[in-house]
Amino acid sequence: MKIMVLLKQTPPTEAKLKPTADGRSLDTGSAGFIINPYDEFAIEEALRIREQLGAGEVVIASFGPADARERILRALAMGADRGLLISHDGLEDADSLTVAKILAAAIRTEAAELVLCGKQAIDDDNMHTGVMTAEILDWPHVNVVTKMELDGTKVRAERETEGGRTELCEVTLPAVFGAHKALNTPRYVSVPGVMKARKKPLEQKNPADFGLDPAALKSSIRVLTEAFELPPEKPAGRIFRDEAVDVMVDQVVRLLREEAKIL
Amino acid sequence: MKALVFIEQRDGRLKSSSCEALSVAAGLCGDSPGQVAGVLIGRDVAPLVSALKGKGVGKVYVASHDDLEHYNSLSYTRVMERAVSAFQPDVLLGMATPMGRDLFPRLAARLDAGLLTDLTAICDDQDFSGGVKPMYAGKILARVRYQGSGLKMATLRPNVFPLREGAGDAVPEVLDVSGLKDERLQTIEVRQGRGGQIDLAEATRVISGGRAMGNAENFAVLHACAEVLQAAVGASRAAVDAGYASHDMQVGQTGKTVNPGLYIACGISGAIQHLAGMKTSRVIVAINTDPDAAIFSVADYGIVADLFEAVPLLTEKLRALSDS
Repeated sequence: MKIMVLLKQTPPTEAKLKPTADGRSLDTGSAGFIINPYDEFAIEEALRIREQLGAGEVVIASFGPADARERILRALAMGADRGLLISHDGLEDADSLTVAKILAAAIRTEAAELVLCGKQAIDDDNMHTGVMTAEILDWPHVNVVTKMELDGTKVRAERETEGGRTELCEVTLPAVFGAHKALNTPRYVSVPGVMKARKKPLEQKNPADFGLDPAALKSSIRVLTEAFELPPEKPAGRIFRDEAVDVMVDQVVRLLREEAKIL
Repeated sequence: MKALVFIEQRDGRLKSSSCEALSVAAGLCGDSPGQVAGVLIGRDVAPLVSALKGKGVGKVYVASHDDLEHYNSLSYTRVMERAVSAFQPDVLLGMATPMGRDLFPRLAARLDAGLLTDLTAICDDQDFSGGVKPMYAGKILARVRYQGSGLKMATLRPNVFPLREGAGDAVPEVLDVSGLKDERLQTIEVRQGRGGQIDLAEATRVISGGRAMGNAENFAVLHACAEVLQAAVGASRAAVDAGYASHDMQVGQTGKTVNPGLYIACGISGAIQHLAGMKTSRVIVAINTDPDAAIFSVADYGIVADLFEAVPLLTEKLRALSDS
C-alpha cells in the first residue's frame, strides 16, 4: 500500500514570536523550524502501518519553502521511504484551500491509498488542510484521530470530539486521517537512520508537475493574512478579600458570566 | 447581505453557542430576519426550531433523518450544500466547536469558498471583509481577510460575541434528505466523556489544587466542582511531590502546559514553574488564603479565602447556573 504523509514545517512551540515593525509578517526568532508536532504522529502511524503490512511505501509530501527539505529528511530518517518537496515559490501566500488543491493533485499523481497528516498545524491553528484535501479528492476523512486499526480496505478510527467524548468510525479507503497526539509515541531518529535518509529519494516538484496551472492557483486564493499583532497585555485582576466568602464567590461567578463571558 | 448559519445540536440539544453565530449574522444583515436563515441537521430535530424564535432568524432549514443522528462529515456536507443552494447566502457562519471545525473546511473545499476559522473579532464593516483570529496557541493575533468575490465562510470562537435579542419567526423549511447516506464513513459508536477523565492539556476548563489541599482525599472537593464545570482536574508540583496527586495531573514546566478558557487555581502559591504551565489561560481565577501569593498576579479574579470554604460554594452556584 502506498501511504502518503502531509508534512508542514512550523516554528517550535518555544519560539519567541514578534510581529515585524510594519506588522505584515512575523519574526519567528532564531529557533528555526521543526516538523509540525502533530505531523510526527502521522509519520509514526504510517511507518507502523507499513510494518504491520510488511510491505508498502511511505511518501512524505510537503508544500513549502526550500528549507522544508530538512524536515522531510528528518521524516526519512524516522523511516519513511521517499520525499516530495513541492516548492511554494510564487505561491507563498497560498491559503489552506490552495495548498489542499496542490496536495490533492500530488496524492492523485502518486496514486496513494491512505493519507495521514497532523490534526492541525501549530502555527496558524486552522485544522483545514487535511480535511480540505480529502474533500477535493472526494475521499472520506477522520480528523483528531486517537486510535486507528487497518483491516483490509477498511480502517476503524477513534476520534476525539469535545468533553472527552469519542466517536468510533469505520472508513473505507482511500481516506485521509488527521493524527492527534494520543495516537502513538513517535520513534526517535537514530544516527544510522540519518545516514540512510541522505540516500533516499527526495524530489523537488512544482505544482505544475501535477498538472496545475500556477496562475489559476494564485487567482483562486480566497483568504489572506494581512497583519500580525501581539495580544493585549492583561489588565490587573480583581482580587476580593475581607468579605464573607459566599459574597466573594457570588461576585466572581457574576464576573465570569457577565464580564469574562466564560460560563 | 444574506447570511446562513449552521445551528449545531448534539443528542437533541441545541448548542447554545450557535445563538452567538445567529447574533453575528443578524448584525451583519442589519437585523433583518428575512436575510438570515439557519440550518438544523439531525434526527427528529424539527421540535427544536421553536427555540430559535426571536433570535434574528427568519427561516430554518431542517434536515431530519435517522441517518443524520450522529455527525457525519460526508452527509452533513451534502445537507449544507443543499441549504446553500436553496438560500444563496453571501456569508455562511458556524461556531469553532469540534463539529464546526470538522464540517466547515470540508464544506469550504466543496463550495470553493474562503474560510476564516476561530474568529475572535469581525471587521466592523458592511460587507464582512474579514476578522481577527488567534494563531500560535493565542500567542499571536492575525488580521485575516477574504479576497475576491464568492461565498464567505467563517467559524467564530465561542463565548466571544455578544448575544442580541432579535425578531424572526424561525419558520421551518424541510430540506430534501434523500440520497445522503455514504457507506464509506460510518459512526459505529459514540462514547460519552466523563468530567474527571477530560484530558488536562486539551481541556477547555481546568481546576487545580496545590499544597494546601492537604491530602489526596481532599481533591474530591475539586472533582465535584470539575464535574459541574466539565473541567479537568490538575495539580501543582508541590501537591504532586507531596503525594496528593498523580504526576499526570501536574501542570507546569515539568508537567503539562495548559491553555484552557478557564483555569481555577485552588491553594496554589503560584511558583514560576507553575505559572509557565498555565498563564496563557484565557481567564484565571485564584483562591488562596495568602493575599500576597504570586498566583494573584496572573489572576483575572481572586478570592482571598480558604479553598475548603470557597470551592464548595462555587460548585453549588455553578450547579444552580447549569440547572437553570
